[in-house]
Amino acid sequence: MNLTYAFIAVILMALVTYFPRVLPIVVFRKEIKSKYIKSFLRYVPYAVLGALTFPDIFYSTKNITTAICGTVVALFLAYKEKSLVVVAIGAILAVYISGLFL
Amino acid sequence: MKRTWTEDFKYGLKRGLPIAMGYVPVSFTFGLMAVSGGIPAWMAIFISLSNLTSAGQFAGTNLIIMGASYLEITLTTFIINIRYMLMSLSLTQRLDKSMSLPKRLLVGYGVTDEIFSIASMEQGTLTFPYLLGLIIGPVLGWTTGTALGAIISAALSESLSSAMGIALYGMFIAIVLPVAKKSKQVTIIVAISVAIVCILRYMPLFQMISSGFRVIIATIIGAGIGAILFPIEDDKVEDEDNLGEQYVPSRSSCEHGGRGSIE
Repeated sequence: MNLTYAFIAVILMALVTYFPRVLPIVVFRKEIKSKYIKSFLRYVPYAVLGALTFPDIFYSTKNITTAICGTVVALFLAYKEKSLVVVAIGAILAVYISGLFL
Repeated sequence: MKRTWTEDFKYGLKRGLPIAMGYVPVSFTFGLMAVSGGIPAWMAIFISLSNLTSAGQFAGTNLIIMGASYLEITLTTFIINIRYMLMSLSLTQRLDKSMSLPKRLLVGYGVTDEIFSIASMEQGTLTFPYLLGLIIGPVLGWTTGTALGAIISAALSESLSSAMGIALYGMFIAIVLPVAKKSKQVTIIVAISVAIVCILRYMPLFQMISSGFRVIIATIIGAGIGAILFPIEDDKVEDEDNLGEQYVPSRSSCEHGGRGSIE
């Protein structure tokens, strides 16, 4: 891990996280009118998370078979509306346990 | 009638406590994930303190671990966090009008999904001491959880920390799936976005597009098509969590598509 690289990246992340939060509070102070822009902004988190998860989740462990086991367990627990932590831990355990048999 | 500084502050602290407790396990997982990906513990804590967000910092940290370019990291994080603009815009209408610029700059730092939800449920004007109290607990919870996760990660066996690689994606699924289950619109948007990212990844034609940009392109197309097909008529911006229930009605627009005029 190149620390300078990581540190600069973190600062950039912090800035682009801070600006959208603070700009309306100090500058605009106006509502967005367009329903299309509003809808776009509302849908963005879901589109991003979908694109981040698939297909990368299948390459997130040492072996694609264990990753698939973890994915199936995560999908099942999330469908049952378990909390973030339960889903994450369930997926980790599924990967770990299936890894013992491979 | 006017409450004192201390009363407002204490009330804010009290309202922020449940958020703080909810943040600990999530940031704990973040700490684990970051350190098992090679980020030093102090930097994981610094990320949590300086970013104070979930999806954005998870995605950004993931890209750092993958060695992505500054532009990819910045753009991806920015796109994920753009939604805060909506929340801040809505909070702005309720802020104490006399609040000074430095105080506004500080309050802006604390706009997270959860803090926003609690603040927007309050009656009347939002004062600075109230918001300060509301923000402090969650910031402590978020950084403490990260520190615990980061420290414990170092003590884990190699095979277990390799299994941790899936944790982040597990959390993403846990955020999206319950909403997708209730909202056909969100399901379609996620499906479009995933389909685009797969096309960009596996078609030789698009090999030169790097991972961060694949996500950005897929997001813009997915959310863009979603906004055109299913614009939200409702003005409510408040509860992100209820996204699913909020606009079931625009079902008709996808049925039209299904019958074939466009698709």
